[in-house]
Amino acid sequence: MTTTAGKKDIRVLIWLVAGIAIFPALVLNVPSFRHYVDIMVFVGIFSLVNIGLSLVMGYTGQVSLGQAAFFGLGAYVSGILTAKFGWSPWAAIPVGVVLTGMVAFVVGVPSLKLKGHYLAMATLGFGVILYVVFNEEVALTGGPSGLADIPGIAIGPWEIDTSLKYYYLVWAFVFAVLLFSINVIHSRVGRALRSIHGSEIAANAMGVPTSSYKTRIFVISAVYASLAGALYTHYMTFLSPSSFDLFWSIKFLMMVVVGGMSSIWGALLGTCLLTYLSNEWLHMFHDFDVLIYGLVLLLIIMFLPKGLVSLARKG
Amino acid sequence: MEGISFSSQLIQYAITGVTVGSIYALVAIGFNIIYNVTEIINFAQGEFVMLGGLFMVFFATVMQIPLLLAFFLTLTVVIAIGVMMERFAIFPAKNASVLTMIIITIACSILLKGAAMYGWGKDPFMLAPFSDRKAFVFVGAAVFPQSLWILGTTLIVVFLLTFFYKRTRFGRAMIASSDNPDAAQLMGIDVKTMVMVSFGLSAAVGAVAGIVITPISLMEYDRGALLGLKGFGAAVLGGLGHFYGAVLAGFMVGLMESFCAGLISSGYKDAAALVVLLLVLFLRPSGLFGSKEVMKMKEF
Amino acid sequence: MNKRKNSLVIALWVGIFVFLSAALTFSYAKKAEAKEPYKVGAIFSVTGRASFLGEPEKKTAEMIAERINAAGGINDHPLELIVYDDEGDATKCNVAMKKLINQDKVAVVIGPSTSGTSLAIVSVAERAKIPMISCAASKNIVMPVEKRHWVFKVAGSDIHVSQRIFAHMKSKGITKVAIMTGTTGFGASGREELLAFASQFGISIVADERYGPKDSDLTAQLTKIRGTGAQAIVNWSIGPTQVLAVKNWRALGMNNLPLYQSHGFGSHKNIELCGKDAEGVLCPLARVNIGRLLPDSHVQKEVVMKYTDAYEKKYKEPISSFGGHAWDSINVAVKALETVGPDRAKIRDFIEQLTGFVGQHGVFNFSATDHNGLSKDDLEMVVVKNGDWALAD
Repeated sequence: MTTTAGKKDIRVLIWLVAGIAIFPALVLNVPSFRHYVDIMVFVGIFSLVNIGLSLVMGYTGQVSLGQAAFFGLGAYVSGILTAKFGWSPWAAIPVGVVLTGMVAFVVGVPSLKLKGHYLAMATLGFGVILYVVFNEEVALTGGPSGLADIPGIAIGPWEIDTSLKYYYLVWAFVFAVLLFSINVIHSRVGRALRSIHGSEIAANAMGVPTSSYKTRIFVISAVYASLAGALYTHYMTFLSPSSFDLFWSIKFLMMVVVGGMSSIWGALLGTCLLTYLSNEWLHMFHDFDVLIYGLVLLLIIMFLPKGLVSLARKG
Repeated sequence: MEGISFSSQLIQYAITGVTVGSIYALVAIGFNIIYNVTEIINFAQGEFVMLGGLFMVFFATVMQIPLLLAFFLTLTVVIAIGVMMERFAIFPAKNASVLTMIIITIACSILLKGAAMYGWGKDPFMLAPFSDRKAFVFVGAAVFPQSLWILGTTLIVVFLLTFFYKRTRFGRAMIASSDNPDAAQLMGIDVKTMVMVSFGLSAAVGAVAGIVITPISLMEYDRGALLGLKGFGAAVLGGLGHFYGAVLAGFMVGLMESFCAGLISSGYKDAAALVVLLLVLFLRPSGLFGSKEVMKMKEF
Repeated sequence: MNKRKNSLVIALWVGIFVFLSAALTFSYAKKAEAKEPYKVGAIFSVTGRASFLGEPEKKTAEMIAERINAAGGINDHPLELIVYDDEGDATKCNVAMKKLINQDKVAVVIGPSTSGTSLAIVSVAERAKIPMISCAASKNIVMPVEKRHWVFKVAGSDIHVSQRIFAHMKSKGITKVAIMTGTTGFGASGREELLAFASQFGISIVADERYGPKDSDLTAQLTKIRGTGAQAIVNWSIGPTQVLAVKNWRALGMNNLPLYQSHGFGSHKNIELCGKDAEGVLCPLARVNIGRLLPDSHVQKEVVMKYTDAYEKKYKEPISSFGGHAWDSINVAVKALETVGPDRAKIRDFIEQLTGFVGQHGVFNFSATDHNGLSKDDLEMVVVKNGDWALAD
């Protein structure tokens, strides 16, 4: 990591680590903000998914409408192995991650040959198929009734049993993933990826093995989503297929686009904003929250087509 | 208890498949109308169907307006909504990337769905069938008269659109502006108007689908998304922008679902059509009928 | 050249937005809080895919809270009901539950509306040691009871419903049955119980069909059933598909195969939507749906009629089973608050010992081994006759 851009990203990361570290101390002392830590756990989990999605979309210009399926695959593998077979989460999570990576590779190789809306449809179709499988394989997944009584996570004798502890666990993973992603972005591969975004034909002509790079990033993004799914599983201790349907894929996509898909920081911003909007800030509108949510989304996209992160760039 | 012969069962599945497939075909056509002019996939397409059904219920059942008049009133209102959507949301963001446009249409669909929820509430609504409600027996299989209405309407829509695109100046201008917007602009065609018209036209086709399906399947505020998804699948399967491809693919998706539900597993029905779709895409990356040249020409 | 036009559009949008926000904020501005209110949290699926559950539940709970406060509250403490909408989404439900516990500090939680969302927060309730009274059906919400120390539910279990249906079939000499279930938590749970209990009643399941909650047509499934020689059909789903099942069943001329619906059919709106097609459809219902049919001597008659009249007068729509769940859960909570005050542990213990509580869905007898307190005798088999419910023979 020698580029100035890379150094800048690392600086942002350090600030972010500091911010996340002191955030609970700030909000837990204010009665009306106390539950913000609970929401932040989900912001962290969804961020993991969206950092990967941002790599796929922002850095290679590909669309994935099936990210919730990878999220679900990681969640279900870890949930089933721990709840039904008594595995430790620390053994189950890697299995889920590796399996998801393999599935992503098998799906990615033929899908990524497709362009634009066709790729969108292929990933969307894959997501819906997996969702149907979650619903139908009742013996394994519990089907629509869900999979209950999944154990939580412990580090040695130390049980991660409160939102605050889980918050630190999740965000530790987020930072690890961010650090890895920053390295990817500023490596040879990262530069090659941006060339794909610019013009795939030109990149190919320059000797960049575009399809291999595209697949690699697709698999990485699936691995992130799978990790997020596993963390989600052991936090919720309950899974049902509806948490992994097409609408979640679309929600992830919206988070990335609203934040700004040209940078992984945008993914974080978008995740944070939309998660807080739909879980907290729009509560005061009661039944009208859906409408306001749609309006906010529309306005941001119309007037900040490059996402929230473009505000920070200008400033 | 009276049974039913296997061949009659097959015919029944085919009838069901064609009925539902007609709706998918109409939704797919709606996608193509906008896609051809703008290259936007309008994720709010399913909401036009929902609005068509619900406005028809409002005019025909609540206001007691005669069917034909209610039909045209519904069309007018939904077209107006489509045009307004284009004016307020799509047009101001005209330089945005395709992905941004997709998100805009998703936001629009959230808004339309939300508005419908306040307007109609959350319960499903019924609409009386256009003619006799009793099913008649055809080679041992039961046919709703409404199914014939649906099939007939789909064929009429296809015919009218073909006529519009092939024989009218305006339709040809729309094709021209989608092939090459700059050249069309130079030829004196107002491309901006064409985009607006495409949204209106697509809303109209969606509304028609909603109107004819409601007597069979009821309609409620959040039905649009699923129909939109199936229609999008059909549009891609047929080859985006390909008009007859969309119609054929719509029927195919409907038939595959129906036969899978009847013969294999009703639980996996939604996956079946998608597995076929993925296989087709992997073998023919531009859909069944969308050859590269056709895509470039965007010929109907 | 479009600068002016664009800024006009911006101005218009901003205007709409500001207007809406202002209007909504004012219309929902919080009323001044009275002293020491007893706080009850509620999580319902008011919008989203299960809104037909959450909507009447919220209305019912709010109506009761209003009435209690108008009558001076619970032992002079006003009742503060805090309702959150989980949109039928497990994640949102989790966040809402934590907010009720950590920030609003409620004494007891009623809801959620669906089995999925209830199961999603069972462990949260257990960990936080807060009593929760779910309004959903799945038996797993309160079983195994050792792991559900703090969780109760007021909706009848699917076990009771399936037993009631099979018992009725047995009395009619039906032995071969086809089942159709929706692929939702509700349908899946029903399917499980139907498959589990059929043999006990000497009934064999000859077809097991499923369909999605937003499917537009069920003739394929019904046609397959026609080919199996079934003597009766059980349809188990919620939402518009159960109306579709009736319409398709009628249109295919399958009148000689009696159609049983689950208790999910228990809303008068469903009969209205089916129109004439619903005549003869059977379903096991809690007495909340059929208050007018109950004899005056019935122990639930007064409770049910009072609620029915008040709800229909206030909201101008027929009551449903689901509002009844909210009635039961909030009244159990209120009864506990009245007796033991806002102490979470005491409330839990009180509910566990509560017996003979006359509610909308039956007479509740909670115990240390039964956190539901209902039985199959709390259901009546009813049939649709002349556009209304009638007791089936």
